[in-house]
Amino acid sequence: MPNPATPSAPPERPSTYELFKAFAIVALSGFGGALPWARRMIVEQRRWMTAEEFNQAFALSQFLPGPNLVNFSVVFGLRFGGPLGAVVTLAGLLGPPLVIVIILGVLYAHFGDLEVLSRALAGITAAAAGLLIAIVAKMAAPMFKRWNSAPAIALLAFAGVAIMQWPLPLVFAVLAPVSIALAWFKR
Amino acid sequence: MNDNPLTTLFVYFAMLSLFAVGGANAAIPEMHRIAVEVMHWMSDRQFADMFAISQLSPGPNVIIVTLIGYHVAGIPGALVATVGMCGPTCLLAFGVAKVWDRFKDAKWRVAIQAGLVPVSLGLIAASAFLLARVADHNVYAALITAATAVVAFATRVNPLWVFAAGGLLGLSGWL
Repeated sequence: MPNPATPSAPPERPSTYELFKAFAIVALSGFGGALPWARRMIVEQRRWMTAEEFNQAFALSQFLPGPNLVNFSVVFGLRFGGPLGAVVTLAGLLGPPLVIVIILGVLYAHFGDLEVLSRALAGITAAAAGLLIAIVAKMAAPMFKRWNSAPAIALLAFAGVAIMQWPLPLVFAVLAPVSIALAWFKR
Repeated sequence: MNDNPLTTLFVYFAMLSLFAVGGANAAIPEMHRIAVEVMHWMSDRQFADMFAISQLSPGPNVIIVTLIGYHVAGIPGALVATVGMCGPTCLLAFGVAKVWDRFKDAKWRVAIQAGLVPVSLGLIAASAFLLARVADHNVYAALITAATAVVAFATRVNPLWVFAAGGLLGLSGWL
């Protein structure tokens, strides 16, 4: 591939090892969600993607169901290293956290009944609930700026799962088609 | 149910993953429903503890399924739950990635994307509600939740500090 020799030109294709290393670093540095770290690594440090390309690829990962960053690692690995690249980025993202969390799981199985541990974890869960509320507020802010159907759909999804405690597949099967249809006809 | 727990873990998480728009955070109530209410694998408190541990662990939030799997069936359970939660959507990502750019401006794609945002917002809000309900069993815990929400909304503080503060307050014996 000819190199246009501009300062913004992307560097050479990362090797398999580099892909693994990059995603392992992202996984190990990201607490409470690793997305900002992934963006920093890929866009700012390694310059494998422009901000625009990153947003496009991440939009796909959010569009798909399931864990977003896991999807993203597959999309990214596939683009930069083919099927092997996808396996490698996935292994980098999930491998090291898996080992750590299993060790924590073993410790919890042994010490989970300790009063001290359970008190600390209760405080952390209370804080984590607050973090999620903040995420929801940030997501909701742009949605409520102009009146449309989105807040009503969000409210119904919330009520179905949180208040009525209906199964997620049921709530999804009813609301997603309605919401997509509303988005379709709005234009 | 006399099924092999590994089969159950795999089937539940594989199915759940396909409806988890908005990622692992959107699927917390459904995980809770299955693990605590349907399968009786664990208590409310154990579920909340596992959520807290998964938040403390580095890596994607989805790692909570690994803990649930470990609790149910040891290391094989941990691996099976993780593969169940990540496998189907990874295959989907694998297939869709190649054709995605071609439909960048397609009307249906824009509509699906826009339509799923409020659904996933509602689901994440439900997760927040469930966790607050489980964690905030007294006024001090509720205050921690409220204070964290305000701090995290208004500032860009690293979540780890917030967890440290919550954990220390918990240790202090108020909760």
